[in-house]
Amino acid sequence: MALTTAPDPTRRGPGSVRAHPKRRGPGRIRHTEGLAGYVFLSPWLIGLMGVTAIPMLLSLYLSFTDYDVLTPFSEVRWVGLANYERMFTADPSYWHAVRVTVTFALVAVPLKLVAALGVALLLNRAWRGVGLFRGLFYLPSLLGGSVALAIVWVNMFNRDGAFNSLLSLFGITGKPWVNDPDWALETLMVLAIWQFGAPMVIFLAGLKQVPTELYEAAAVDGAGRFRQFRNVTLPMLSPVIFFNLVLETINGFQGFTAAFVLSNGTGGPVDSTLMYTLNLYITGFTELDMGYASAMAWVFLLAIAVITAIFFSTGRFWVHYSDEEDR
Amino acid sequence: MTLTPTAVALPSPRRRPGGRPLLRLLILVAIVAVVLYPLIWMVGTSVKSQEEIVNNLGLLPERFTPGNYTAGWSNFDVSFGRFFLNSAMVSLLTVVGNGLSCLLAAYAFARLRFRLRGVWFAVMIGTLLLPQHVLIVPQYILFRTLGLVGGEWPYLPLLVPQFLATEAFFVFLMVQFMRGIPRELDEAARIDGAGPYGIFRHIILPLSRPALVTTAIFSFIWTWNDFFRQLVFLSQLQDYTVPVALTLFIDSTSQSAVGPMFAMSVLSLLPVFLFFVAFQRMLVEGINTSGIKG
Repeated sequence: MALTTAPDPTRRGPGSVRAHPKRRGPGRIRHTEGLAGYVFLSPWLIGLMGVTAIPMLLSLYLSFTDYDVLTPFSEVRWVGLANYERMFTADPSYWHAVRVTVTFALVAVPLKLVAALGVALLLNRAWRGVGLFRGLFYLPSLLGGSVALAIVWVNMFNRDGAFNSLLSLFGITGKPWVNDPDWALETLMVLAIWQFGAPMVIFLAGLKQVPTELYEAAAVDGAGRFRQFRNVTLPMLSPVIFFNLVLETINGFQGFTAAFVLSNGTGGPVDSTLMYTLNLYITGFTELDMGYASAMAWVFLLAIAVITAIFFSTGRFWVHYSDEEDR
Repeated sequence: MTLTPTAVALPSPRRRPGGRPLLRLLILVAIVAVVLYPLIWMVGTSVKSQEEIVNNLGLLPERFTPGNYTAGWSNFDVSFGRFFLNSAMVSLLTVVGNGLSCLLAAYAFARLRFRLRGVWFAVMIGTLLLPQHVLIVPQYILFRTLGLVGGEWPYLPLLVPQFLATEAFFVFLMVQFMRGIPRELDEAARIDGAGPYGIFRHIILPLSRPALVTTAIFSFIWTWNDFFRQLVFLSQLQDYTVPVALTLFIDSTSQSAVGPMFAMSVLSLLPVFLFFVAFQRMLVEGINTSGIKG
C-alpha cells in the first residue's frame, strides 16, 4: 500500500469528475445522484461554512478592529492596519515568540526525523521482535501530547527530577532545567524528539517499499553499506522524508500544551517558552485582545502556507518519485 | 503493508551479515530503555510518599504508597471522578460525531457524482493542514454570541464541529478506504435497484467498518488528550475535563501535591495506554496508511 500524500488526479476518484464519462445512462439517475451527493455532503458543507469559512472571514475582519470580547459588536472600532503595524514594529514579545517557535522547530524537527530514520533503519532488518519494538517506540507519540505527560516531563527536568539523578551518577550536579531561561525550551525539544515513533513508523513503511533488487544491483556494482544508503535508500525514501518533514514542521510550529504546562500558561521563565500559539492564546484569552490575536492568527496561517509552498517548490529538486517515468 | 509472519521470520539473503543481530538488539534495547524511562519513572513516582519523592530518586519506591491516588482523586472541590466522566463523555460523543459525519462526506466524495465535487474535494484537502489555533478566536466569539460558551451544556462548542465532519483528516482517510471497495459491488446493487442511499446502506457502510474503527480509536485518543480547545471553552470547575483539571495541580505550588498530581496523570493516561495495548497493530498500521501524527 503506497503512502499517499495527495490525491492522485489520474486515478478514478473525487479529484476528477472527468474520469467518469457518462456511462451511467439516463439523466434522471444522474440527477438523483447529484442530489444525493449534496445530501451526503451537507454536514460537511455546513461545517465548512459555519465552523471554518465564516470564522475565518470573521477573524480577518476582527484583525482590523480592536475587538475585545466584552464590548458588543456594534461598538467595535475599526483600526485599519494598526494591529499589523503593532505586530511588525512595536511588539518585541511578538518577535520573541516567533524566534522561540522557529528555534524550536529548526532544532526539534530535524533531530526527531533523524532519530526516527535511524531507529527505522535499525528495525528494518527483518527479524522477530520488530513488531514489539515498533509498538514500544510508537507509544510516546500517543501519550506525548497530553497534559499528563507534560507534567511528568517538567518534573523530570526539575531540581529533584529523574534527569538530575541520572547526571549525579556521573558526578554532575544538575540544576532545575525547566526554571532556567537558557534550558527550558531545550527540555521541550527533548520531549518532541522523544515522540519520534510516529514518523519512524512511516519511515519503516517506506523502507519496506524499496525493491530488494536495487540493493542487489548496487552490491554487484561494488557499493558498500554507506553508498547503498546514500544512493539507494535515501533517494527511494525521499517522498516519505518529504512527507514527514512537512507534517512535523507544521506540527512543530503549533506546539502549545507542553509550553503551557511548563510555564503555567505564561510562556516563562523569562518568555523562553513563549511559543507562537501560546502567545496567541495569552493575547486573545488572557488579555482579551481578540482583534490583535486575530491578526496574529492570520499571519500564522500565511506563514504556514508560505512554508508549505516553499517545501513543495523545493521538493521538486530532491524528492524522487519512482513512477515519474510513467507520467 | 501488513507484515506477514513469514515475511518477518525470513532471513534477508540480500545483505551481508554485517550488522550483527546481537549488537543491533542491544542498541534497540538501550533505546527502548531511554524511551520507556519517563513512563516508568512516572508510575514509580505516583506511588512514592512525599518524603521519598524528594529523597529517593530511584525509579521505584522503597515503600509502596497508594495514598497518592485517593488524595489526588479528591484534591479539588470536585472529584476527579467527575472530570473523568466529563472527558469520557466528550471523547465518546466525538467518536460518534466524527464517525457519522465523516462517513457521509467520504461517501459523497468517493462514490457520488455531483456538481463542483472536484472543487469541494480540493477545499477539503486544503483544510487538512489548517491549524486549529487559527480558528479558535473567531470560533470562540461565534459560539459565545450563540450563547453556547458556558451555557446550559458547555460541551456544545467542543462537539458541534465534530458532528459536522470538520476533521478533514478522517474524511480523507475514509475516502482513501472507500476507493478500495470494488465498484462492481455498487454496480450489482444498482442492477438490483438500489439507489445512492441503498448502496450506502447495504454496501459501503458495512464494508467501511475497518476505516470506522480506525477513526473511532484515533478520535477517542486525540480528544482524550486534547487540551487547547477544552481549555478555551470550559470555564466552570465542575465542567472541566481531565487535562484541564490536571493543570490545576500546577497552580497549587505546594510541593505536597506532586504525588497526587503524578497519580492523576497516570490515571489520565491509562485509557490511552489500554487502547494502545488492545489496538497496537491497528494504530501503527493506521498511521502507515494515512500518515497521522501521534
